[in-house]
Amino acid sequence: MMTKKIIKPVVSAQEAVKCVKKGDTIMVGGFNYGGIPYTLVDALYDAGTDELTMIANDTAYENVGHGKLVAAGRIKKVIASHVGLNKKTGEYYNSGKMELELSPQGTFVERIRAGGFGLGGFLTPTGVGTIVEEGKQVLEVNGRKYILELPLRADVALIRAYKADRMGNLIYKGTNRNFNPAMATAADIVIAEVDSVVDVGELDPDVIVTQGILIDMLVVKGGSYYASRT
Amino acid sequence: MLPELDECVVKERIAKRIALEFTEGQVVNLGIGIPTLVSDYIPEGVHIIFQAENGAIGVGPAPAEPDLRCIGAGGRIISILPGGSFFASDTSFGLIRGGHVDATVLGTLEVSQTGDIANWVVPGKSVPGMGGAMDLVVGAKKVYIATTHTTKKGAAKILKKCTLPLTAVGVASMVVTEFAVFTIENGRMTLIEKSPEVTLEQIREHTEAEFDVADPLLPIKGMEVAESA
Repeated sequence: MMTKKIIKPVVSAQEAVKCVKKGDTIMVGGFNYGGIPYTLVDALYDAGTDELTMIANDTAYENVGHGKLVAAGRIKKVIASHVGLNKKTGEYYNSGKMELELSPQGTFVERIRAGGFGLGGFLTPTGVGTIVEEGKQVLEVNGRKYILELPLRADVALIRAYKADRMGNLIYKGTNRNFNPAMATAADIVIAEVDSVVDVGELDPDVIVTQGILIDMLVVKGGSYYASRT
Repeated sequence: MLPELDECVVKERIAKRIALEFTEGQVVNLGIGIPTLVSDYIPEGVHIIFQAENGAIGVGPAPAEPDLRCIGAGGRIISILPGGSFFASDTSFGLIRGGHVDATVLGTLEVSQTGDIANWVVPGKSVPGMGGAMDLVVGAKKVYIATTHTTKKGAAKILKKCTLPLTAVGVASMVVTEFAVFTIENGRMTLIEKSPEVTLEQIREHTEAEFDVADPLLPIKGMEVAESA
């Protein structure tokens, strides 16, 4: 990994997504329609980059956000916790066109956290006695069974925050936060889409959630239907 | 055959019955569908703290001015009551797995007499995924199942053993349907309440699971009010 710049470049979404290459693994923030980096995802859709592995909590809707990447066949594998809102995900999985790995949501986010925070994995009771434990180590600790779950990392993370300062420090708004702070820790390149970029020193150090040292590029959100409303 | 009830009556009866279980100050997470309605029936004077797994606590009803940056786990616009807060998904599931949530209410495809739940996949057909359900049922202290008594085709959903892939083993503490309320304790299921429209025999006929019958067997709590409203 290259050393990140102290003052982050504020670039266009088109420029930013050039760092996503064919075959890359990407992370995309969001839960349902909230907290998705819509402008970045739309730019990636327009760029046509394919053969991607996508790590996202869900696959949004067929015509919304990163759900469009699935519908357009750009994704070869999805790692998610819930894909029921996007009909194409189930269809492509059932027909063998796309791989799908489902993780329980708490396990999903913790795998990303482990990937970002230098852990080799973690033990969770979630999924014990279900098909989630298939192919994984089950360990007993103090009389309780746990599944050993492994970390997730990506080449590029596309995340959504509310405000950034020029050093890339981020604060979030409402339930848009969801998976974004964890994903900011777990990719080689992290691009944050924000409402606005303010000068260094304008964000209260006590309320900064994501540290600027994790961020590579900033993109100011565009005016599309969802980007402007969320 | 079980009597056919209006869908609204079914939903309201189930939601209302489960709402009566909660006590002052409990932290509760509601799933999608009938469970979402439970918050509408919390008895007056009882304060419940609702948690949404996508990252909020102190969830309240939709505000007059909707903000799409404040949504619940089902995508509904919510408000945050005074004292509530937002957090990231890792904190949210830390609260859930860590035992800081008193109860969760979920729908299901199948539930077994020992409390196994199957509600996230029908192999070869629908692959919605488990979302947060697996963590919720393992982490919450009590798991309430809100479900119609049978499938739309009339097949039993309350079974000796689940046939679909499991969500979790032995976690359900109460199963509430439009016709019956069962508790599950120490791996044994007990019918504690039934609706007056059905006989015990009818319930047995449409419930594959083996269950004990409480004495006295009471009418479903909260029904009288629901029907006259």
